Amino acid sequence: MTISNYHESIAVKKPRFSVKDMPSWSITLISVATLMIVWELCGPWINPLFGSYPSQIIRSFLDMMSDGMLVRAFVQSIQPFVVGYALAALAGIPIGLLLGRYRVFDAAFGIYITAGYATPSIALVPLLMIWFGLGFSVKVVIVFLMAFFPICINTTAGVKAVPKTLIEVGTAFCASQTKIMRQIVLPATLPYIMAGLRLAVGKAVIGMILAEFLTALSGLGGIIINAANSFRTAEMFVPIILVMILAVVLEKLLALLEHVVAPWQREISGDGH
Amino acid sequence: MSHVELKNVSKTFNLRSGGANIKTRALDNLSLNIERGEIVALTGPSGCGKTTALRIIMGLEEASGGMIRVAGKEINGCGLDRGMVFQHAELLPWRSAVDNIRFALEANGVAASEIAERAERFIDLVGLRHAMHHRPHQLSGGMKQRVGIARALAIDPEVLLMDEPFGALDSQTREVLQMELLDIHQRTGKTIIFVTHDLDEAVLLADRIAVMVKGRLREIIDVNIERPRNDMRAIRGSEEFARKRHLAWDALHSHPEDAVAAHGSETSDTTPLRATA
Repeated sequence: MTISNYHESIAVKKPRFSVKDMPSWSITLISVATLMIVWELCGPWINPLFGSYPSQIIRSFLDMMSDGMLVRAFVQSIQPFVVGYALAALAGIPIGLLLGRYRVFDAAFGIYITAGYATPSIALVPLLMIWFGLGFSVKVVIVFLMAFFPICINTTAGVKAVPKTLIEVGTAFCASQTKIMRQIVLPATLPYIMAGLRLAVGKAVIGMILAEFLTALSGLGGIIINAANSFRTAEMFVPIILVMILAVVLEKLLALLEHVVAPWQREISGDGH
Repeated sequence: MSHVELKNVSKTFNLRSGGANIKTRALDNLSLNIERGEIVALTGPSGCGKTTALRIIMGLEEASGGMIRVAGKEINGCGLDRGMVFQHAELLPWRSAVDNIRFALEANGVAASEIAERAERFIDLVGLRHAMHHRPHQLSGGMKQRVGIARALAIDPEVLLMDEPFGALDSQTREVLQMELLDIHQRTGKTIIFVTHDLDEAVLLADRIAVMVKGRLREIIDVNIERPRNDMRAIRGSEEFARKRHLAWDALHSHPEDAVAAHGSETSDTTPLRATA
């Protein structure tokens, strides 16, 4: 407190603009806007086959919106994404909790999680297509495989990071194993679980597009491939940027959710400077 | 019959160091009887086993041998007859002060209607009503430890176990809390066993000081200072205080080579690492 007071008193005497006084969001906004302007100015100099630029991409976006193609593709893509991601969270969190809490469980099954994480899921796609076909279910499975491991591994790491003394508090006051799990281990692990869920968003988006590339062409991934095959580069950028925005928005929403479910964490750790 | 009885309590740790298994004796046949309402200080150098002894009494660790009775009942693991105050309070960071006290009560199946009333009664006991809804990170070190004490007392234990409860506090706060603990003891009459490395604190608070060296009870010192001990200044200046502090100091520092000789063959001269306070 004394340090910031010190700076404030200086600022009153000599009002000078400083980047350090600006809120983070405005700095981000300026950064993005600058990039867009540079891109827009440089874009027309590049062969439209190899690149595009914001105004063209927006024009393509409006075209694709007006004939309903983009909305259809988005709905098609988001369904396996949501189902796969939800299943990954539903399985990953409890399995991660058990792996972290019980040594025997970890010794018996932890190896599969490590191996599964290390396996490039893309290598399994041909096999998965034989098992699950080319439709909806195979896409769900691919998204699930991409999202499950970061969630599960983060949860396990979180449980292992719970201070031993906090668990001893439970033991000392005769709390049952279930109570220790639900009222000490789970809340102490929440920040790690949320971090896992956030990492998994990026992975699941990759899984979603990958599934559309490699199984039956469909959804946003399908648009990308079709546009690329017919050299409509601006049109190809639309779903790419859309997917990017989707991932960023979901990630931010989860960060917001983290502050709702684990408000103490932010208060303890304090934000960066 | 004594309120808390320790009979030949021993604890051996297996330490791995450089591939070799080293057996370290953290506690060696500790026997100690503690009367109802008494305050006993366990003191000694780091690694003397004082914290290990306390943790075994709490049931956080299992003794390798011996027996412990609390109010006539042999203990087996944790129990509501003992309330633990941890060195760094160890409050649950996601719970407010009063909810941390509730945790102890919820864990013990106290009726829901009674939990709220009792939690507030004990937050009052430590004078924190104004901060009862604060989360731990909003509390000072002294306030956290007050909540820790209230939490342990809320389950109405037979005996209060305290592991260097004021060791992490600044000296002014420590003195205030020592006074408060004496006051709480005066009002509740609880039996208290506390671990400390601070000889002043041991003499100020305790009826008896158990000096431990290398897992063994070296000496028990009776402190004959009248209760209630309200006037800290007078007590610190008294002859009894100075004499007992000297005695305790002597017990700690005299003939350290004896302890090595008596003990050395068995444990080599490694101090038990796990048992450091």
